[in-house]
Amino acid sequence: MEPIQLAERRTRKRQRVQTPVIDCDIHNAFPSNETLYKYLPARWRRHHETIGLRGHYGGHYPRAMKNAARHDAWPPNGLPPGSDLAFMRAQLLDAWDLEYGILNPLLGAGGQLNLEFGAALARATNEWQLAEWVEPEPRLRASIVVPYEDSALAAQEIERWGGHPGFVQVLLIARTAEPLGRRKYWPIYEAAVRHDLPIGIHFGGAGGGPITGAGFPSHYIEDHAGMPQAFQAQVISLVCEGVFERFPTLKIVLIEGGFAWLPPLAWRLDQSWRRLKEEVPYLRRAPSEYIHEHFWITTQPMEEPPKGRFFRQLLEQLNADDRLMFATDYPHWDFDAPDRAFPVELPPALKRKIMAENARALYKLPPRHL
Amino acid sequence: MARYVVATVDEIPPGGRKIVEVAGRSIGVFNIGGEFYALRNSCPHQGGALCEGRLSGLLLATVPGEYTYSRRGEILRCPWHGWEFDVKTGQSWFDPARTRVRSYPVQVAEGKELAESQGPQKGPYVAETYEVTVERQYVLVEIP
Repeated sequence: MEPIQLAERRTRKRQRVQTPVIDCDIHNAFPSNETLYKYLPARWRRHHETIGLRGHYGGHYPRAMKNAARHDAWPPNGLPPGSDLAFMRAQLLDAWDLEYGILNPLLGAGGQLNLEFGAALARATNEWQLAEWVEPEPRLRASIVVPYEDSALAAQEIERWGGHPGFVQVLLIARTAEPLGRRKYWPIYEAAVRHDLPIGIHFGGAGGGPITGAGFPSHYIEDHAGMPQAFQAQVISLVCEGVFERFPTLKIVLIEGGFAWLPPLAWRLDQSWRRLKEEVPYLRRAPSEYIHEHFWITTQPMEEPPKGRFFRQLLEQLNADDRLMFATDYPHWDFDAPDRAFPVELPPALKRKIMAENARALYKLPPRHL
Repeated sequence: MARYVVATVDEIPPGGRKIVEVAGRSIGVFNIGGEFYALRNSCPHQGGALCEGRLSGLLLATVPGEYTYSRRGEILRCPWHGWEFDVKTGQSWFDPARTRVRSYPVQVAEGKELAESQGPQKGPYVAETYEVTVERQYVLVEIP
């Protein structure tokens, strides 16, 4: 009667997360174009209706899951995943008793070839976030969406929202038209620093360059696994262009880019710098020091080495106990559950930092659970 | 081993499923081509509601570029990360020895037989012993 038993990794019961949880990567979406149009001036509404979104959409490989979403993240009312606050409350905020969640809408404003339209789209997105997400839900904070390929327009958008406590970050996407250290992007950093807002750099993007450094691959899995290449290029560029010498208080958050690659990249940069620093004389410290001081990292997706001790070594190499921040990536298909995200058990003090305290400090979030 | 009545046979048509709470656990009961199977509704990976996932087939390739689609409707994909499990056994295809989801034996019994026996415990589906329903067929899940 009983089937033959194999050595098995059995299904486990869900554990309550004992520490507070702050989720640093949640994606909200417009329920429909009608909602977007409420926030878009008539001139740009017409543009959206007649011309639509236009950018370099190199990343549109068919995802394993529709909308790249969890199959169970489609609200019963038929709206797209991430577009229904009540459903998000039930499935994410309440289900996991999140203390805070940071919204990162990936709605394409920054990738628009028409920069004025991108700016209008960014402004509409931010107005909508404030009115329909942050104001009704005290657990949510939002990232400021900016048309980052025009840094003057982007800086205007940061000025518009930078003083509002509902916005805690400026959102850029990993694949920009040029590496982010280039001077064309500096006004964005200047505005962010003025308001003491971190710059979040999120997976994805449409800068026109190929998905990987070797060109465009065939499959979504290559896109998904290849994205750290873009993050690495951004880290190298931000360090080597001297951005952190020019903006010593600038904070960068790498979101959904993984992190196992960061220690060896820092080692390599240090080694190159010792031999080639004449080329970048304004760098007064080793690249690894800038990285350690200026970069924060979110956990999802986490590289999972085959042995638990490798993961512990990785955390040690990363030397980022104060920099690693938990993220679910809800409602996307590679969502990480707060109680099961880590391949090893973490020491309680470190777990508290990663699950909430690092994000609380960076985003200046007052405690909600006493 | 306790047996629980979880559904009538016609409640879960071929290709269909029903998710039930039995003995404190959530279980998905599937009908594949007239045969019934039951799995724990929790993915061994991160605990996603596995039995709410899509049923698909098994895509195989012997060399790059040649594809065979087989076992249509027998492979369950977790709604979160797409981990694939064989509905009939609970085994994964990428790590069959170590990663599997708990599966439970399922039987079909006549209502008349249930009404007369003292064996099965009542599950969430109340197997009323009125004359009308007693003639139907019921799906039973066995929980150790």
